[in-house]
Amino acid sequence: MSEYKIEIKSLYKIFGPNDKSMVDLVANGLGKQDLLDHHKHVLGLRDVNIGISANSINVIMGLSGSGKSTLIRHINRLIEPTVGQIIVDGKDVLAMAKEQIRDFRRFGASMVFQKFGLMPHRTVLENGMYGLNIQGVASGEAEKRAKHWLNRVGLSGFEDRFPAQLSGGMQQRVGLARALATDADILLMDEAFSALDPLIRADMQGILLDLQNELHKTIVFITHDLDEALRIGDDIAILRDGELIQKGSPQSIVLKPADDYVADFTKDVNRARVLTLNTLSHATGSKEGLPLNSDLSIEQAMQAMIESDHNLVTVMKENKPIGQVSLSDMVGAIAKPKTTDSGASNAYR
Amino acid sequence: MSFFTKFPEMERADLRDLKKGIDSSFKEFSRSWGESIEAFFDPLFYFLVKFEKLLLATPWPIIILIVAALSYLGSRSWKLSLGAAISFLLIGYLGMWNNTMSTVALISVATIICIAFGIPIGIAMSKSDRLQAIITPVLDIMQTIPIFVYLLPVVMLLGIGKVPGLIAVCVYAMPPIVRLTNLGLRLVDKEILEAADAFGSNYRQRLFRVQLPLALPNIFAGVNQTIMMALAMVVIASMIGVKGLGVPVLQSIQNQYLALGLMNGLAIVALAIIFDRVSQQYGKRLQRHREGGNDV
Repeated sequence: MSEYKIEIKSLYKIFGPNDKSMVDLVANGLGKQDLLDHHKHVLGLRDVNIGISANSINVIMGLSGSGKSTLIRHINRLIEPTVGQIIVDGKDVLAMAKEQIRDFRRFGASMVFQKFGLMPHRTVLENGMYGLNIQGVASGEAEKRAKHWLNRVGLSGFEDRFPAQLSGGMQQRVGLARALATDADILLMDEAFSALDPLIRADMQGILLDLQNELHKTIVFITHDLDEALRIGDDIAILRDGELIQKGSPQSIVLKPADDYVADFTKDVNRARVLTLNTLSHATGSKEGLPLNSDLSIEQAMQAMIESDHNLVTVMKENKPIGQVSLSDMVGAIAKPKTTDSGASNAYR
Repeated sequence: MSFFTKFPEMERADLRDLKKGIDSSFKEFSRSWGESIEAFFDPLFYFLVKFEKLLLATPWPIIILIVAALSYLGSRSWKLSLGAAISFLLIGYLGMWNNTMSTVALISVATIICIAFGIPIGIAMSKSDRLQAIITPVLDIMQTIPIFVYLLPVVMLLGIGKVPGLIAVCVYAMPPIVRLTNLGLRLVDKEILEAADAFGSNYRQRLFRVQLPLALPNIFAGVNQTIMMALAMVVIASMIGVKGLGVPVLQSIQNQYLALGLMNGLAIVALAIIFDRVSQQYGKRLQRHREGGNDV
């Protein structure tokens, strides 16, 4: 068994009639535009390798056209790959027969959609029950479980409404409840909150984080919004033009962007909120200064320092000091990094 | 120059032989297969006759009660139900009861047959673009070919009577239900189908739990159209020996009986309006989930 719940290995997706024969060309470095111009095929994904850890929120982000929605649909094989492997719990999804795939979708991985994908002719409760109906759960039991999850996402009392009678945020809660009700380990969320307005989106992110604290599912979350990625992601992978550019913790993405594309993405981020004391801490042996927990954000730490009139922090982890951070360290980390080559970074806009 | 002024026609003798050949081979076919084809349609004939007899044998107040009740069940409207009852009373009072029962029997059986064949064909069509490309022109032919042209071979095969009449009605009335079933299924939102797939629905579950319910308004419009077209065929069907409201209409055309034609014609219209309004209202009720309105 590998350390990952889901492992994507050298996955290629090329759209077009002769996709298989294009793989070698693409593997040898043929670009997306050239492939389209000279061979009339569209490059979806190029040699993507990602390990997705269990029980965590894995964000895959990129701009539109970067292949992120294509990628997530490979995991439950709503899209057939050109070549590659997707190993879930040691089994290759791409080698599964039709019935196995169906079972995997029923019991192994459920999905939440950008435009909700609710069934307009079914009530909220019936929508919540859909996955269970398909699994063959008896209707009384299905109703009980669906009601439980609808209640968890704050929709009790709305069971008999139709989706069209609910606001967007509430519709997506139904989508979330429907996905959770199947009890699948893996939750695939395709731009699940992108269609919602900012306040509702923040609300939904909060609901998701609360649920995750308790459920510890393996969540693959697609988004184009870096703030969202940084808020909910335990791990972030960045795609561009079907290629994986960088993968790592939110802090490493912000602190060490792999290239100008990522740097461009991160430059407007509120770094004080993303970076934690842990990332800035350097061991000095001294115990001076305000003792603060290592996973506090810089923002929170600064607030505490101002209130208590300190300009030095001793970073504590499990009640032991692991290093220190000064106010000037923090200011330095928050300041926007100089772009190494501003010409190149502008090219991505 | 004669090439440009005179159309290069087939030789007259050849053309005559071709037509003769087709005629004689069809006659041959009809002689050797006519009886077995008739036997094949026997259950249909039996069913139609039984149903007609049942309608005629039922006391008229009961029929009117049933009409009113069905209208109410379909439309949930007292007005419509009352209107239907009054229309039937008036039809009976003006001496058209028996013919109306025959026509109702014919239309009901024709509609059932059209639905039983039309919806599965529409489903198959929605699944395959190739099948759609094959069936669409067939439907076009069924709807546009002059009725007498296909009435002739049907009569040659089966003689005159109820069954050929029924077949003629079905040929004309089936296309809308096939077309609208196909269209309705194809119009179902791809995102919703993807969601159904993502939860592991198999083909059946996807069809019956998602696709068909969402296509129902369109399918229902198809049923409605089918009924209307079947009613439009009543007079034509009477030409090949189908009893019903069409017979007096035909008589009135031949003998210039204005009042007879008008009354029976209006009876057909009354049936059409009742069937149409009730089925439309029923179709609308199936769509109650579409009445969005954020009342939250």
